[in-house]
Amino acid sequence: MEKLKVQTITKRYGRKVILDAVSFELQPAKIYGLLGRNGAGKSTLLNIITNRIFANQGAVMLGEQNVNNNQASLGQFYLMSEAELNLKHTKIKDLFSGAELAYGNFDFENARRMLTAFKISEDQTLAKLSTGLKTAAKLTVALNVNADYIFLDEPTLGLDANHRELFYHELMRTYGERPRTFVISTHLINEVQQLLENVIILDRGKIIVDEPVIDLLAKAYEISGPSNLVDQYTHGLKILTSHNFSRIKTVTVVEKLAEQRTLPDQVKVDHLDLQKTFTALTDGGNEGE
Amino acid sequence: MHFEFDQSAPLYQQLADQLAEMIFTGIFKEGEQVPSTTQLSQELNMNPATILKGMNQLVDQHLLEKRRGRGMFVLPGAQKQLAHQHREAFYQDYVASLVTEAQRLGIDEEQLLALIKRGYQNGKA
Repeated sequence: MEKLKVQTITKRYGRKVILDAVSFELQPAKIYGLLGRNGAGKSTLLNIITNRIFANQGAVMLGEQNVNNNQASLGQFYLMSEAELNLKHTKIKDLFSGAELAYGNFDFENARRMLTAFKISEDQTLAKLSTGLKTAAKLTVALNVNADYIFLDEPTLGLDANHRELFYHELMRTYGERPRTFVISTHLINEVQQLLENVIILDRGKIIVDEPVIDLLAKAYEISGPSNLVDQYTHGLKILTSHNFSRIKTVTVVEKLAEQRTLPDQVKVDHLDLQKTFTALTDGGNEGE
Repeated sequence: MHFEFDQSAPLYQQLADQLAEMIFTGIFKEGEQVPSTTQLSQELNMNPATILKGMNQLVDQHLLEKRRGRGMFVLPGAQKQLAHQHREAFYQDYVASLVTEAQRLGIDEEQLLALIKRGYQNGKA
């Protein structure tokens, strides 16, 4: 398996810049979270990587090959997205045979086992399923298709809590059996945090984080206490968010705290989880697409 | 076997601590195999790289050993070593914080000693 390199991708719609010189690499056999607020450019990016739409500038490379219109390279990529090719009479088993036709070596046995777990029959028509079960059917295809890079755009859309748990479990299972790269784009950050090895955060068309989750969380803090002491302690740090309640000030920072900073008794430093780190880093972001 | 995770420490650290506790309490016995990275990953829905990092901490502490192609095993003496570590940590985790909290509440040394004696008496009952 080869590295996937996204090189200075820029995408504009009219005057609006959706992606602004985005560059990063995906390593083989790792699980990535692609996080961003609505309108940050996540879906556009995934669509460009998988050659469904085209960038104004930049390239996507698999190893040394440009993937643009390169069927051999694109045959290593699979994108599961909201987009509906909703052919009225498509049955789930047609999705399976479609994946077999396009990619070969579809894991029919595991796919059927997963469908049973989701309590769907392969003879059911996709258009007649609820949003959640449609997602479950698409996930079943995505986790059993023969590709080295699997992109999951909002893979939990409409799934109830039980089915989301089942998806997380099935993902760990298939990843354990055949490690390959998964890129998960979702807003349910707390739920996927422990599934991820690396995280990429897209904010208003730019990459602002690209590193292992462990490294990011190791330097993500919430600091709270009496205002003046918090100000003293955080002097010189970049404050991402700040909140006052009565005489207590709570701020978030995402950077290493030097050992020599002495912590006053009344000031408390806590680690942030991935979701809080994300909201702190993207609080200036726009909402709505 | 039951694991619980919160945000107090990195996940791999919490996993390592909880596995160590299971070794200490004898759920995993010396010489026995512990669940594999893949098994734990599926059981906990957790990235196997995180699990491996946690397990490697225990390998570094000489509590587990990797046997090539077979998995991870609890090393002889692991339980004794953990007991020693627990005693070492007892001062920091309990005594030091007990004294700090007592001072915060205005409980002096004599009163604190009396309270500890009371704890012993209640413990006997």
